[in-house]
Amino acid sequence: MSTLENAAKSFEFSGEDRRVARWRKILRKLRENKGAMFGLVMVLAVIISAVFAPFLSPHDPILQDVEKRLIPPVWQTGGETDYLLGTDHLGRDIVSRLIYGARISIVVSVSAVVFSAILGTIIGLLSGFYGGNVDNIFMRIADVQLAFPFILLAIAIIAVLGPNLQNIIIVMGITGWVIYARVVRAEVLSLREKEFITSVRALGGSNGRIIFRHLLPNVVAPIIVIITLEMARMIIMEAALSFLGLGIQPPTPTWGGMLADGRVYLATSWWLATFPGLVIMLVVLGINLLGNWLRDILDPRLTQL
Amino acid sequence: MKFYILKRLFHSIFVLVGISLVVFIILHLTGDPAALLMPMDATPEQVAQFRKEMGFTDPLIVQYGRFFKGTLHGDFGLSFRHSQPALDLVLERMPATIQLTAAAMFIALIIAIPVGIISAVRRNSILDHIGMTGALLGQSTPVFWLGIMLILIFSVTLQWFPSSGRGDIWNLVLPAVTLGMFTMARTARMMRSSMLEVLGQEYMKTAMAKGLSPRMVILKHAMKNALIPVVTIVGMELGTLLGGAVITETIFAWPGVGRLAVQAIYNRDYPVVQAAVFLLATIFVLVNLVVDVLYTYLDPRVKLE
Repeated sequence: MSTLENAAKSFEFSGEDRRVARWRKILRKLRENKGAMFGLVMVLAVIISAVFAPFLSPHDPILQDVEKRLIPPVWQTGGETDYLLGTDHLGRDIVSRLIYGARISIVVSVSAVVFSAILGTIIGLLSGFYGGNVDNIFMRIADVQLAFPFILLAIAIIAVLGPNLQNIIIVMGITGWVIYARVVRAEVLSLREKEFITSVRALGGSNGRIIFRHLLPNVVAPIIVIITLEMARMIIMEAALSFLGLGIQPPTPTWGGMLADGRVYLATSWWLATFPGLVIMLVVLGINLLGNWLRDILDPRLTQL
Repeated sequence: MKFYILKRLFHSIFVLVGISLVVFIILHLTGDPAALLMPMDATPEQVAQFRKEMGFTDPLIVQYGRFFKGTLHGDFGLSFRHSQPALDLVLERMPATIQLTAAAMFIALIIAIPVGIISAVRRNSILDHIGMTGALLGQSTPVFWLGIMLILIFSVTLQWFPSSGRGDIWNLVLPAVTLGMFTMARTARMMRSSMLEVLGQEYMKTAMAKGLSPRMVILKHAMKNALIPVVTIVGMELGTLLGGAVITETIFAWPGVGRLAVQAIYNRDYPVVQAAVFLLATIFVLVNLVVDVLYTYLDPRVKLE
């Protein structure tokens, strides 16, 4: 083996070591940040609830039982240990419905975020790279979209198309692309003139190669940060649509739908509306904390978001 | 300067045309607007007759031309439910929405700006921690749940404020706090980071060195400069508020445009939906135009591209 190869090998090792060291550093920072740890725990809890709902739920979330109607939480008089957070107006267990509700919340918001991230990133890459008319058209569309109250637009479209999983995801996804497009575009505008791009071009790299092999990897950090912060918004939006009766339809349990049911019984049974909202708030808070932390370590310039 | 304003004005007109296009498209998403506009029990002959009368058999571009001409005259057609011009119905509800939005913005700013300043000046103090934790919670709380919880606590339990309707100032308190919470939280965080940035500037040291009292320095020199970026956010936040008003009005039975629009969607009263969406979006565009122009006066460093 030549000395040159040896030298190359040692470089490889040091590269790997550096990567390991970097991850260790990130993990250590995570442990130091209480907010981010809380966020991580919340996110893991929701994912676990969604995946293992059938094993975690003490009761069937859609099984109705008239004799068990409106049982208060266990610590109130009349509460039953079998139903920790009580039951709703149809005698369904609140805890089980909350656990199952995580499924819709996660599926819808993750799909919508992925959809909008892909759409927005592609538009941002094209806008930033080609500039000119391509850029003008996309950015004007973005302006038009930002002028709409999202929720009203989403309600109108879903009311016309009908509230099924696919429509909800598409509509929510479409409301979210602008922020990715704007950030990616700005990033590409500054990268475009960098020397490494000029050299790829001099070496005969095609536009497609430049965009996907050289520009895309450089905008991943801000995209990850936006994805986290957008997750929080999407979870709230899904709940808002369900709350208005335009989300996934009953009997499938959704947090927003539970809130809407509970609103009717507010004067007599406070727990119906209180717990689903509390869960949404804790999850969103967790994601926001995790997102803020990620932003600080990955891309501190994004503090405006 | 004049050129900038003209350019901005032209830009706004373009966005308005885009908005009218989207509002037009919503009705044609299913492919057959006649099916949406006619009552469920209409005979196929009636539907065919209606389709012809409304000109739905014409090419889309011709239909859009007609719709756009109508929009310019403020003509969105008659409401199916109230047999009044749709625009009149929306305009009738506009004062209620403007009152609610203005009250929400007022509450948000009157609390957020002092909180932001105190948090920045007394950085890392207990006040800063309380303020910023509150802001983070405020940003993570879904509007609809906050509204319901405020009703539960202040209307149902304490009976301090009415839970619904529009009347005197007491009716306004809960909806305005609900609607303003998110903006309040975001503005407080913005104000804090903007203030921290200003406090680190050289001219602050100069002001202190001149022997001015710290109160004077903070209120006159720092606050004035720190407010500049916050002003733009206020314009953007108006979109959040108008969107949030849709849900807040629904919860508090506030007779505004948002509630009208949601009811119109449920009633399949599409002319009213179109008029409401168009008007809300137009207000947003115009306010942002004004904010942008004001901004160039406030901060002459802004480049007038």
